[in-house]
Amino acid sequence: MTAQALVQVLASGLLMGLIYALIAVGLSLIFGLMDVVNFAHGEFLMLAMYATFGLVLVTRLDPVVLMPLVAALLFVLGAAAYLGVVRFAMRAKANQGMVQIFATFGLAILLQGAAQYLFTPDYRNVPNSWLGGRTLDLGGIFLPWPQIFGALVSLAAFGGLHLLMSRTDFGRALKATREDQGAVALVGIDRNRVFALGWGLGAALVGLAGAVLAIFYYIHPQVGASFALIAYVTVALGGFGSVAGALVAGIIVGLVEALTAVILPPALKSVGVYALYLAVVFVRPQGLFGRL
Amino acid sequence: MTAATTPLAPALARAEASHAARRRRKLIVAALVFAGLAALPYGLRDVYLQNVLILTLMYAALAQSWNILGGYCGQVSLGHALYFGAGAYATTVLFVTYGVLPWFGMLAGGLLSAAVALLLGYPCFRLAGHYFSIATIVIAEIGLLLVHNWDFVGGAMGIQWPFNPDSWWTLQFARDKVPYIHFAIAFLALVWFVTWLIEGSRWGYWWRAVKDDAQAAESLGVEVFRSKMAAAAVSAFFTAIGGGFYAAYVSYIDPESVMSFRFSLLFALPAVLGGIGTLWGPLVGAAILIPLTEISRSYLGGGGKGLDLMLYGILVMVVALARPEGVLSLFRPRKARAEEATP
Repeated sequence: MTAQALVQVLASGLLMGLIYALIAVGLSLIFGLMDVVNFAHGEFLMLAMYATFGLVLVTRLDPVVLMPLVAALLFVLGAAAYLGVVRFAMRAKANQGMVQIFATFGLAILLQGAAQYLFTPDYRNVPNSWLGGRTLDLGGIFLPWPQIFGALVSLAAFGGLHLLMSRTDFGRALKATREDQGAVALVGIDRNRVFALGWGLGAALVGLAGAVLAIFYYIHPQVGASFALIAYVTVALGGFGSVAGALVAGIIVGLVEALTAVILPPALKSVGVYALYLAVVFVRPQGLFGRL
Repeated sequence: MTAATTPLAPALARAEASHAARRRRKLIVAALVFAGLAALPYGLRDVYLQNVLILTLMYAALAQSWNILGGYCGQVSLGHALYFGAGAYATTVLFVTYGVLPWFGMLAGGLLSAAVALLLGYPCFRLAGHYFSIATIVIAEIGLLLVHNWDFVGGAMGIQWPFNPDSWWTLQFARDKVPYIHFAIAFLALVWFVTWLIEGSRWGYWWRAVKDDAQAAESLGVEVFRSKMAAAAVSAFFTAIGGGFYAAYVSYIDPESVMSFRFSLLFALPAVLGGIGTLWGPLVGAAILIPLTEISRSYLGGGGKGLDLMLYGILVMVVALARPEGVLSLFRPRKARAEEATP
């Protein structure tokens, strides 16, 4: 393998890795906030892709322009999922862990069915976007513009998230709630409201990822499932609840996936990622940056 | 010393006797239920309904197998499709390629799966809660991908069972499905009986202690790690037997049709729905869930509209939220429930 080919593989892996990080960070945020794993996370991504697709058809605008609107829609979906489902799962007196798993799984199946009902199981793609199909030539290294754009959105989102967490009252309330749920009530923070906003924020982040993915990936009702598994692996690798961990782990996952595809048949490209994840959690159960 | 314990002795003996009597009663009830089920197919001639019955019984047995690890020992595996697939593939490959009767194939698949469960359990049981569940999903997915690309076992194409005359030897019944119903009942009864044995044994108490609070159990001298390993091996063994039966029943397998993630979910859901860590929860859960999903798929699933999926999803959510202890807990008087909570 030539040096140029290796750089090509690593650069593509890095771009995809940043997009994986963006897909995963919402999941990690929600877990850090309230110890709940959202098993409908992939379906949130899938709905964001369909929302982009639908809005493009209706408004004739470019996906890049529609991205904030998709994120806003997903914010509403996330908050609604908390208020309508997860809030009740957290009240369960018996088997709470199991109730959370299966309540969010039920939601995932419902959303998949709803997507199939509304959009049929056919594969769709967003037609004629500005970025779709264009590549950047960097002296023989070819990088597709949609992925470059996605990587930039991801970096911007992580930067924005960092500012939000450290500079705003909402961010401080979020941090305080993850430290001690009981104590925040004493200082007048409404725990339920923080949780709902946290779910909204987590879903809005995956909404951004969905809007980006819709530009260059096929859309179908099961599309979320494959990305969801990568997202769980990313979050577990980085450490559940760690935002920085999601970023680092996402990049690692992207790079390992790209390199595996060189060594093994392309159909097995995820095996390298899964094997790495297992190797890490078997040695460090809490992931790279997680707390036990 | 002796003087202090004497007054307690008769009370203890009485408690032990009533406990033994209760366990005997459970066994008698089970014998009646399974005998009643065995008579069912003679009144059921509709092929479609026979299929629903077979699947219900099979998933009840598989959910009971899952329940041994997930319900009694509290380790929520979402990767049991791996063991199901291993059983299906072992049985199929041994029969189709080497002519080994499916009975031995199932046993081989069961032992293989138990060994795999022990091998995987060694690192996996260091993980707790969601970390454990996600690791099981990932491992099953690796298995699916590998089988998909393994030509010896048919790769993505899968393997077709040859057409044979109806026989109990080869477990092939093309014309009359009633023998499959009887096999499924026997399988369910076997898993039920093993679970009953475990419930009364030292292992049963250990596993429940591990589920309730692993750290406290450890400090009381319970072998936490060995408990989890034993539960995983037993659970994997029976899940693989179910996989072998399913392969014989549908006579054609490919990676997606025996190893996809939806199976892992289908083994856990009936147990969760009926009541985890109980003898009858999985059967009750399967009796509600499987007919409902099968029938809604036939009536609403036409044209891939997704209505059946929506109904299924709502059902799963409602069950999880409305009845965390499972449907079975509705029928139990408060006193018995309190008794069960403190064994």
